[in-house]
Amino acid sequence: MNLDQTPLLSVETLNKSFGRQMACRDVSFELWPGEVLGIVGESGSGKSTLLNAIAGRLTVDSGKVLYRAGDDRIVDLASASEAQRRHLMRTEWGFVQQHARDGLRMTFSAGANIGERLMALGDKHYGTLRDTALDWLQAVEIAPERIDDLPRTFSGGMQQRLQIARNLVTRPRIVLMDEPTGGLDVSVQARLLDLIRRLVQEHNVACIVVTHDLGVARLLAHRLMVMRRGQVVEAGLTDQLLDDPQHAYTQLLVSSVLSV
Amino acid sequence: MNTQYQTGATQVTATLAGYNFGFLDEQTKRMLRRAILKAVAIPGYQVPFGSREMPLPYGWGTGGMQVTAAVIGAKDVLKVIDQGADDTTNAVSIRRFFVRMTNVATTEKTREATLIQTRHRVPETPLSEGQILVYQVPIPEPLRWLEPRETETRKMHALSEYGVMHVKLYEDIAQHGHISTAYDYPVLVNGRYLMRCSPIPKFDTPKLHMNAALQLFGAGREKRIYAVPPYTEVKPLDFEDHPFEIERWPEDCALCGAHDSFLDEVILDDKGGRMFVCSDTDYCGERREAGHTGRMSAPYKDEAAE
Repeated sequence: MNLDQTPLLSVETLNKSFGRQMACRDVSFELWPGEVLGIVGESGSGKSTLLNAIAGRLTVDSGKVLYRAGDDRIVDLASASEAQRRHLMRTEWGFVQQHARDGLRMTFSAGANIGERLMALGDKHYGTLRDTALDWLQAVEIAPERIDDLPRTFSGGMQQRLQIARNLVTRPRIVLMDEPTGGLDVSVQARLLDLIRRLVQEHNVACIVVTHDLGVARLLAHRLMVMRRGQVVEAGLTDQLLDDPQHAYTQLLVSSVLSV
Repeated sequence: MNTQYQTGATQVTATLAGYNFGFLDEQTKRMLRRAILKAVAIPGYQVPFGSREMPLPYGWGTGGMQVTAAVIGAKDVLKVIDQGADDTTNAVSIRRFFVRMTNVATTEKTREATLIQTRHRVPETPLSEGQILVYQVPIPEPLRWLEPRETETRKMHALSEYGVMHVKLYEDIAQHGHISTAYDYPVLVNGRYLMRCSPIPKFDTPKLHMNAALQLFGAGREKRIYAVPPYTEVKPLDFEDHPFEIERWPEDCALCGAHDSFLDEVILDDKGGRMFVCSDTDYCGERREAGHTGRMSAPYKDEAAE
C-alpha cells in the first residue's frame, strides 16, 4: 500500500439536487491510494448520483471534488474544464457500468474494446495493441481466441470482465464501479468479485464501489459509507460497521440480509 | 435576368429569364461565401450553413452545386465529373444546369478548367494554382458511424478526441488482415481536424495532400461546408505496422496502358472476360491522343471514325 500523506481524492460538502429532490446532501469523504471504498444504501439513496457527480458526468450544485493527479497537482473536478476532465477520465480514471453494454462498444470486437483507450492516447502500433489485448483477456480469464469476437456473443459475466479489462488497460489510479455484479448469477458473481479483488490488489488502484449488496461490500471494500436519502448516515471500516452498526438505518440494512 | 450585383461578369450573359446568375440569389451566395471563407480559415472544420432547396434531390450533389454556385463567375471554365467521367448522367445534368444558369464556358479538359465539381474522384491530371475543386459530400462527419450524437461528435472535434477512429481501423485489420476501408478514407487535416474526404477511393486520398488547388466540400442535406486550402497537409490515419496504402490492379488500362491511374473493372462476357480501364475519361483520352496504347485498344484514329 502507498503510504502517501495526502488522499488521492477528497470530496468536500458535495450537494446535488434534481429540482426539489436532494440527491446528495453535504457528502464529504476521502479516498486513499489503493483503498477500496464501498457505498451502500437502498435504491434511490443517491449512491449512483454521487458516483456520477464524482466522475464529472453530472454537474454538482456546490462542493469540491479534489483529485491529486499523477503529476501531484490537485485538480478540482467540479470546476475543471471539460477537456481536462475528459482527459483524466480516459487516462487516470476508469468507470465500470452496471450494464456492460453501456460501457462497451458493442459493435467492435473484444480486442478493439480493450485497445480503445490506448489508441485514444496515441498508441498507433497494431502489433503491440494486439499483444496488450491478449494479455488483458488472459488477466480477466477470457479465452484469447475470442479476441476478434463481438461482445454481443459474450455471456453477461464475460462482458463485465471485458469492461473491467477495457478500463484497467491504461493503469488508472481510480476506478469507479456502479453495481459491478448486478444482474449476474451467484457463482458468476463470486468469480467476478474474486477477479476484481485480485486486480485491485495487483495494480494498486483505488476503487469506489457502489452496491446495494452488503455481501459484495464486505468482500471488496476496506471502508464503507452508508447512504440514506442523499446523506451519509454512517461511515467506517467495513468489518466494524457491519458487525457493530450504530445508526438505526445501518442496523436495519444489516438485519435484512438473508442468511442461508 | 442578371442583376447589378453580379461579380466578375464582363458582359451581360444571356441566362434563363427570371433566374439570378448561378440560380441562387445574391444574399444566399453571400451567406455561402461567408461559410466558405470560414472553412478555408479553419482547414477541415465543418462550417454549418443554411442549405437551400436545389432543383434536384439530396444525394445528387446539392451541396457541391451550392458551393459551385457561390464561387462561380462569368469568366470561369467549368468541368463536372461523376465517378471520373464527364459524360455520365449526374455530370451532364449538373453541367447543363450551370450553363443555363450562368452561361459559362465548359470543358472536359482538367487543365483548361478553372472550376471543377466532382463526385467520387479527383482528376488524375495534377491540379494547379488558381483552380478550385468542389466535392459533393453525402455525410461530412467522419465520426458519424462511431458516435451517433452530433453534440458528442462536435465535442470530440473540439477536444481532438480521435482515438475511436483508430478503433475502426483496428477492427478492419482484425477482421480482414489489412485496412479494408477503401473509400472516404479518414484524414487529419493540417494536424488538427479529422475529415471525411467524401467517397473518393483511397487511391485519390494522397492527392489531397499539399494540393495546389483550393478544395471545397459541400454537404447539402447535412448543411456543412469544409475546405482544404492550397498546400495544406492532409494525412491519412494508419498504424505504424500497417501503413496507409493505395489500391493496385493486376493489369494496366486496357485502352491507354496507364499504370498510375485509378482503374474500373469492366465485365465483358459471362465467361470471366474482363478489362480494366481508366475511370478518369479525360486522362485516358488525353493519353490515347498522345499515342499511348493498351492491351485492347484499337488504333486511336479508327476508334474516332466508328
